[in-house]
Amino acid sequence: MKQPLSLSRRELLKASALVGGGLMLGLALPRRATAAALGNAGGQPVAWLRIAPDNTITVLVDRSEMGQGVYTSMTQLLAEELEVEPAAVCVTAAPVGAAYSNALLGGQLTGGSTSVRDAWEKLRRAGAQARTMLVQAAADHWSLPASSLYASGGAVYDGRGHRLTYGELAESAAKLPVPKDVVLKPASAFKVVGKPHKRLDTGIKVDGTAVYGIDVKLPGMLHASIEQSPTLGGKLQSFDASAAEKMPGVHKVLATSNGVAVIADHYWQARKARGALKVTWDAGANAKLDSAKVSATLKAAATAAGRTARKDGDATAALAKASKVLRATYQLPLLAHATLEPQNCTADFKAGRCDLYAPTQNQIFAQLVAAKAAGLEPAQVEVHTTYLGGGFGRRLEVDFIAASVECSKTVGRPVKVIWTREDDMTHDTYRPAFHDEIAGGLDAEGQLVAWHMHITAPSVTARMFPSILEQTVDPFAIEAAANYAYDVPNVHVDYLQQEVGVDVGYNRSVSHAPNCFVVESFMDELAHAAGKDPYEFRHGLLARQPRYRHVLEQAAQRGNWGKAPKGRFQGISVMEGYGSYLALVAEVSVDRGHLKVHKLTCAVDCGQMVNPNIVAQQTEGGLLFGLSAALWGEITLAEGAVQQKNFDTYRLVRMNESPEIVVHLVESSEAPGGMGEPAVAMVAPALGNAIHAATRKRIRALPIAKQQVVKI
Amino acid sequence: MLQLIVNGQSVDTDATPDTPLLWVLRDHLGMTGTKFGCGAALCGACTVHLDGEPVRSCQLPLEAVAGRKVTTIEGVSADRSHPVQQAWMELDVPNVATVSRGRSCPLPHCSHATLPPRTRTSMSPCPATSAAAVRIRASAAPSTAPLNS
Repeated sequence: MKQPLSLSRRELLKASALVGGGLMLGLALPRRATAAALGNAGGQPVAWLRIAPDNTITVLVDRSEMGQGVYTSMTQLLAEELEVEPAAVCVTAAPVGAAYSNALLGGQLTGGSTSVRDAWEKLRRAGAQARTMLVQAAADHWSLPASSLYASGGAVYDGRGHRLTYGELAESAAKLPVPKDVVLKPASAFKVVGKPHKRLDTGIKVDGTAVYGIDVKLPGMLHASIEQSPTLGGKLQSFDASAAEKMPGVHKVLATSNGVAVIADHYWQARKARGALKVTWDAGANAKLDSAKVSATLKAAATAAGRTARKDGDATAALAKASKVLRATYQLPLLAHATLEPQNCTADFKAGRCDLYAPTQNQIFAQLVAAKAAGLEPAQVEVHTTYLGGGFGRRLEVDFIAASVECSKTVGRPVKVIWTREDDMTHDTYRPAFHDEIAGGLDAEGQLVAWHMHITAPSVTARMFPSILEQTVDPFAIEAAANYAYDVPNVHVDYLQQEVGVDVGYNRSVSHAPNCFVVESFMDELAHAAGKDPYEFRHGLLARQPRYRHVLEQAAQRGNWGKAPKGRFQGISVMEGYGSYLALVAEVSVDRGHLKVHKLTCAVDCGQMVNPNIVAQQTEGGLLFGLSAALWGEITLAEGAVQQKNFDTYRLVRMNESPEIVVHLVESSEAPGGMGEPAVAMVAPALGNAIHAATRKRIRALPIAKQQVVKI
Repeated sequence: MLQLIVNGQSVDTDATPDTPLLWVLRDHLGMTGTKFGCGAALCGACTVHLDGEPVRSCQLPLEAVAGRKVTTIEGVSADRSHPVQQAWMELDVPNVATVSRGRSCPLPHCSHATLPPRTRTSMSPCPATSAAAVRIRASAAPSTAPLNS
């Protein structure tokens, strides 16, 4: 989200001693601010930090770890001011609580590449406040002024050989008032933040002990497999469970909010028995929906004007006067999220309480949905966030939550629901398809003087956060488009919402990837029309945008722009998203029509970094995510059903297909930008531009594999 | 009751003979280090070693492995000391790692951080694990095995 919601900035810090000693330090946002954003989310004070008498320090992380490294980066932020080594700290997932709301998203959610930006000051302050209280407790104990003491490595020292650990101090520190004003270290003094600390989750992921949602085990737990509607949006009419019920291990068959669930002792038994169900469905409104209709619907809608997202000068008039006008239509398909861990949820329903174990990005909605299914108050539902085997925005949805509660409530035992890959791929919320009409005007000197981009696509925000649309054009449909940064006097960007019949969802980088593909491909078209080198053309139009210009220069330099070896061709893209600036040079060859992607060189300026190694990982991973989508990504529909069922027909890049990737991180003192998502958007346009350089053929639709320009 | 040898230990299971080894390991034996990603032997998340060779356990029925030796991620080392585990930790790229099993179960004689031929066709989960492969490949001695094996 670009703008933070207008929450009160007053913070209330509460500290309370644990039973048995220890310090809990809390940070609670005012109750009414949370209520305004979320309804009845509850506002109890919660803790960031537990310090046990034996000096074990546990950090509660409120953001979901889906591989993007938040368990490490959040800990680093806290550890910097707290004066502890991140590697010495235990991390545990925070429960649902008002204090854990993400101010940039308006709730306890992980997404939008916001975690570091949201926590940047908040967690350092919390660490500084805790440290101050611990030092004061030592000062009181020694009858010395606090200013004569210092904290280091989880203990307080008087500089004359005396030491008290945080564990020894915690109980008395917790009784002290929380300091309102703390001075944070300048960046020049950082020992933890900005350093490539080893991730805290590497070891447990490498030895197989990390518990993902799909791995949850509870005493007495049963497994469930759910038969869902074959068509998107179909409704259950009737089912015959007589054969399924008799199969080994089966406890119960019931209708749930996802479909017909078979509950059995073991997953395989549930899966097999599900095959013995006889189910009839009302195929619903989408019964005749196919991909041709989706495209036709968007194309027909695109003739109408949308809501204006950007207006400088008068693009229409400028186009009418331009010496040379280029017009093009660009199209992008629906995409799946394809988290490698399929959707799953475990619920343990008891009278008056429900424990939910889920790989969720959306603790606040998960709690609400589970409570509704359980017939309980939200405060009676405890959400345990596990590791996520990929998130990508799929786990912001809560469509996989309620059924596990319904099952558990019915059988009176914990139940784990696991979706098959086929269930997952055919019951996703898809990345919207886009139909864009774009026009650019050049004057007699080949200067770009007019730019008009008209975006037509279904809206995720209209389903998930509709109140946003009352005030503004869907901000999640116009990313990397409304912020058009090139120095062009007449710019018009508008967005027309057109639904296509299926639920669309936020998919890693949201509208950055579709819009950047169009913007950076069409800029390339204009460069060629102007007779200019694509890098020079862009560079000349970024004279007033130093951060864009710098990453463009770095990518070109490190990617050897213009100096590709014989037989290799290059394409370039540049973008700002989430407060980060990126540029990419893609280098390819086309051998007898067959494409090979050799190298991706990416320059990144994301402002101040918490962990440069994690930033590099997210760049590499994001580029490969974008590469899969660019080359093959496409979800097609026939008779209202998704045609791709597994990874044979929905291809992802394999390890041996990965190109060489070079990442250059710009040192910066600017405010942090988000890095979980932006790299995804860079690949398709750079690749398309490189393919054009190699073949003289322009790619205006994705995936590349289907455009009959190159074979992959 | 069928018997198999898992990580050097003989275990009995009452799972039906058609139960895929993946679910015998995860559900019946409670060993969740081996993951479920696709159920169709396409993604590699379920890779284990059978008599020393990497196999995709999601499509391997129990009856096919009865009496044979299975090595899972839990058995590759007791303390993350296997060279490929060490390489992953050195390069610090677990990222999603729900499907890194295909990469962290190399042939026992693999003594440096290259990925043995069969695991190279494993799919990238969050593509960051492909990035891990990029890093591991870049850091290791060049292999003469063809990449597309």
